[in-house]
Amino acid sequence: MAMNFLEFEQPIAELEAKIEELKFLGADSNVNISEEIKRLQAKSRAMTTNIFENLTPWQITQLARHPQRPYTLDYVSMICTDWQELHGDRMYGDDLAIVGGLARIEGTPVVLIGEQKGRDTKERVRRNYGMPKPEGYRKALRLMLLAERFRLPIVTLIDTPGAYPGIGSEERGQSEAIARNLFEMSALATPVLSVVIGEGGSGGALAIGVCDRLVMLQYAVYSVISPESCASILWKSTEKREIAADAMGGTAERLKKLGLVDEVLKEPFGGAHRGPQAMAETLKASIVRHLAELKAMPVPQLLDARQARWRSFGAFRAA
Amino acid sequence: MSWFERIVPSRIKTERRTRSVPEGLWIKCPACDAVLYRAEIERNLNVCPKCNHHMRIYARERLAKFLDVGSAVELAAGVEPEDPLKFKDSRRYRDRLVLAKKQTGERDALVVMEGKLTGMPVVACAFEFRFLGGSMGSVVGEKFVRAIEHCLEHRMPLVCFAASGGARMQEALYSLLQMAKTSAALKRLSEARLPYVSVMTDPTTGGVSASLAMLGDVNLAEPKALIGFAGPRVIQQTVRETLPEGFQRSEFLLEHGAIDMIVDRRELREKIAALLRMLLGKDGVPA
Repeated sequence: MAMNFLEFEQPIAELEAKIEELKFLGADSNVNISEEIKRLQAKSRAMTTNIFENLTPWQITQLARHPQRPYTLDYVSMICTDWQELHGDRMYGDDLAIVGGLARIEGTPVVLIGEQKGRDTKERVRRNYGMPKPEGYRKALRLMLLAERFRLPIVTLIDTPGAYPGIGSEERGQSEAIARNLFEMSALATPVLSVVIGEGGSGGALAIGVCDRLVMLQYAVYSVISPESCASILWKSTEKREIAADAMGGTAERLKKLGLVDEVLKEPFGGAHRGPQAMAETLKASIVRHLAELKAMPVPQLLDARQARWRSFGAFRAA
Repeated sequence: MSWFERIVPSRIKTERRTRSVPEGLWIKCPACDAVLYRAEIERNLNVCPKCNHHMRIYARERLAKFLDVGSAVELAAGVEPEDPLKFKDSRRYRDRLVLAKKQTGERDALVVMEGKLTGMPVVACAFEFRFLGGSMGSVVGEKFVRAIEHCLEHRMPLVCFAASGGARMQEALYSLLQMAKTSAALKRLSEARLPYVSVMTDPTTGGVSASLAMLGDVNLAEPKALIGFAGPRVIQQTVRETLPEGFQRSEFLLEHGAIDMIVDRRELREKIAALLRMLLGKDGVPA
């Protein structure tokens, strides 16, 4: 697949196009241009390094939403064996914006749940752009309770612009579905590990993210509202999304500094989409390590630690 | 002060200043346009006597009228907001906080009181909508959890009156995490078999509706309150069709099974007392 470049990557894209052109020319001429190609490739690498070292929060948001970024099912295929997808909330329907099921990671069975975006237009519509409806969150909860009953650890992969704001969502109780998950997840008697792999969009992300450990990929984002919506409410203009992204600071690095995230996983050169396999290896290693640590804790201690963890979040002064 | 004013007796000075009619002696009901005498409205808990429209009511006033006279003691009053992200839009968050405090007299958007409800000990909290739209940031989350911890320690039930636009943007992820922080604490309350009555008032949306407000053992709502996850404008922009009549109002939620009942504000006190007494046992003391 041809690489998709984001706006801020345009200089790299131009250089890469030039390299491609030279390679093409070199193939049917006698002139030796391999030196020139090598020089340009080095330049492209240097330029990429330079751009990626100085990414703004808005640019990172764009990377988190990159159309070629690996999604939940991509990671499932790369890190799990024996994936058995389970469907439906047993009440209303099966929401394809959230997938879940049983899987093995290095032989150990887990319940894996994740938000799922679509790759092409048809798939995007089918997955509702990764925006779950109440039935999605209820399916997730059903699977988490299944995990608890059979003492299986839970891994959730977060990647959503947010819970779907639609008429049906409201009719079927979007608020209640999210609230119920927060409530129940806080006391699930089994380890819960959450990883933000792309977009952590507000309550829609948190609804599968009440965990013992929170991991974020380097170019993932997590915030209370999207930069566009924040800009439109506070600045009365979506054009201010870059400033809004700066102000909210929902990048992995910033959140790690604030102590709201436990681990940040370094992405391959140029982002996860340029090296999905390498990213999957890193992710898998992190999951295995965290689950091993969490499984070593007796359940009452695990639950006390989870309550203490969530009790501690907040920045305030108290007399 | 000029030399002339200094020698003129003060009595004359006061007479010179024409006393205007106190502002807001009369209020117009936003629903039926009836012009109403403020004192009468206040006696009626800010409900229009002509059309029963429930106007907003200040958090402190609501709690004062909900709890038995003279029984209320404020809890967690010393928790104050910080600006962890040094957030700035058209105005600094710090300045917005100062202004909100000046306008409302509150330090943040939640007021918590311990008191008696028809003689039964309860903890009651109410959102102050005038304080940054009743938005939930770290202080609201912390105070709500402290309210729960007080209930756990003294084995008391909890009542919450929500009125909030949702999570507070200026505290970004901190605000989002308050949804889980409050819900996790409610789980502890639930496991201790202490009842929680949630009352949703106009408006209860976003992160507050999608956490503590929907988790009542009994969910109540005031008539015609706007209650929902996403705001109607956002939904309209997303689905691009006209929203059904009465969409996201209390009556709509009752019809769709999200709440137990709609209760007139003037009957909330009696209703909640009756519910709690049955849940707790006849004397209103937890088993």
